Amino acid sequence: MLNRISTFFYRRPGLVLALFLTPPLLYMVVVYLGSLFSLLINSFFSIDDFTGMVIREFTLKTYAQIFNPANREIFMRTGSMAFFVTVVDALIAFPLAYYIAKFSSRRLKTWLLIAVTIPLWSSYLVRVYAWKLILAKEGILSWFINLLHLNGPLDWLLSLPGIGGSSLSLSPIGMFIVFVYIWLPYMIIPIQTALERVPGSLLEASSDLGAKPYQTFRTVILPLAFPGVVAGSIFTFSLTLGDFIVPLTLGNSKFFIGQAVYSYQGTGGNIPLAAAMTMGPVVIMVVYLLIARKLGAFDAL
Amino acid sequence: MMNNPSAPAIQFDQVSRHFGEVKAVDQVDLEIMDGEFFSMLGPSGSGKTTCLRMIAGFDRPTSGKIRLYGQDVSNLPPYDRDVNTVFQDYALFPHMNVGDNIAYGLMVKKVAKEERVRRVDEILELVQLTGFAGRKPSQLSGGQRQRVALARALINHPKVLLLDEPLGALDLKLRQQMQVELKAIQKRVGITFIFVTHDQEEAITMSDRIAVFNQGKIEQIGSPSDVYERPSSAFVAGFVGTSNLVKGEVAKRITGSEQTFSIRPEKIHLGSVRDKSAEDMVSIDGVVRDVIYLGLYTRYLVEIEGGGDLVVIEQNLKTTSMEVLSAKGQKVKLSWQKDHISRVGG
Repeated sequence: MLNRISTFFYRRPGLVLALFLTPPLLYMVVVYLGSLFSLLINSFFSIDDFTGMVIREFTLKTYAQIFNPANREIFMRTGSMAFFVTVVDALIAFPLAYYIAKFSSRRLKTWLLIAVTIPLWSSYLVRVYAWKLILAKEGILSWFINLLHLNGPLDWLLSLPGIGGSSLSLSPIGMFIVFVYIWLPYMIIPIQTALERVPGSLLEASSDLGAKPYQTFRTVILPLAFPGVVAGSIFTFSLTLGDFIVPLTLGNSKFFIGQAVYSYQGTGGNIPLAAAMTMGPVVIMVVYLLIARKLGAFDAL
Repeated sequence: MMNNPSAPAIQFDQVSRHFGEVKAVDQVDLEIMDGEFFSMLGPSGSGKTTCLRMIAGFDRPTSGKIRLYGQDVSNLPPYDRDVNTVFQDYALFPHMNVGDNIAYGLMVKKVAKEERVRRVDEILELVQLTGFAGRKPSQLSGGQRQRVALARALINHPKVLLLDEPLGALDLKLRQQMQVELKAIQKRVGITFIFVTHDQEEAITMSDRIAVFNQGKIEQIGSPSDVYERPSSAFVAGFVGTSNLVKGEVAKRITGSEQTFSIRPEKIHLGSVRDKSAEDMVSIDGVVRDVIYLGLYTRYLVEIEGGGDLVVIEQNLKTTSMEVLSAKGQKVKLSWQKDHISRVGG
């Protein structure tokens, strides 16, 4: 009986493929792309200012609202935060990923990778709240800075307009620290994977042909690891763009995109504007990927 | 840079490389002459590749000194040594085209663009890849990649070129063709080639001299004919070509001495038991146990008097497959010239 079933499928490879692919494709198209599509539709609706009801008619009115000064500022603020978080994450992640991929023994590699991903095992919310306590005015970090007599530089940092605040936990600097921490594993893993795929003999060949270590880094390692950096930056950048927990928990009261979306669709009841704001990061990511492709990030794939 | 043209191209002075408890290379002394095609032959794990890597600078000796034309290079990084390597996996940079790969060594040394282009064209002609500069390595066949790797190393005019089993990934026909070509290129450029291989035929075909490695030590150094005709140990006799080792009582019966000797299968003449053996020959009777017909030649397994098997190879000059196969089970006389015997001690 089992044998006959095997033979039946063996003779119909197309059917096997269809059986395997239908569920994930259905999920992908209906749930994932479908919700994105309904988001897109909603962003072209508008809200009746008087009744608060959604008017289901095509309009660009909602998109126009994105460009009012308050919303533009939200985009700038979120975008620059995402940018700096990505850059700093890449700078921290690269040496670590390089060490894990190229120098650590098999055993050590396993442990290091576990260490990198351990934070992901616990709830993201818990970690953000933990950081709130660490960064608070009476928190352990302030205590430590006090111990080192570095209050001066800290106060100076917090007095800077735009990024400062009354304490680390209530300032963009604090948010920045937490963002860098929270998304770091998402940068390390893709870079490590990319570096893992660079054969050691390429590095030896480069050095054999007379390249000093910095030349090898610039002409061989970096170009070959670049797809990994791009993949990692897609994570850190888009996750920061869409996050609303960290700004809600740690920041000053200035809005980020995620927060704005959260409040528009919740308390504001303005689903079309929330949808339009969500399309912002989507467009930004598409543009980013096109630029990355132009730069040759995917040539080595 | 200190440089002595009359000094050996490469000199190993009591070089050892230990990995923990393992003695990958164990107190090796070695001199490779200027302009030589030198092969390091041995099974995997015999230390030949480690020796090559120490010459290139990818590895450093635990003790001992390595000299390049008299200059001690034991502790110089690879980029400060005037040697280049052709890697087993070619190690071509996948994100660069053929031209940029070949020009890499010149590029990092800041050679002007025009000269780079000129020299790349020149070297592409040498390896018969004219017009390939714009291709990516992924668009090349195995043999072509091999040539690019060779060109990339040779363009720097190294004092010594190291080749780490460069032909291992090629199929037999291409490999034989590349062997001839490599040898021709070496003659043309006059650079010392050090060639690592586990293929004894390859080593014999190409080399001026061969060092046979075993367990971190060199068993024998000599010309291909030395190593083949006069193996100095049972290991060399067994590793370089096939060989019959005869020991103890049986050895005494044939040569009058108990000392172990080796005899190559193709040197043995397979004759009728009634044949008289000549003055300078030795002989022993046996029974053909197995016959393997291989087209060009036939391989016989003969059980000899006193115990033990000898492999005998005879070319199929006059015989057909039917005739050779009928030899199975027959009594024969094996004979060979006395001076084809190699005493291997032990």
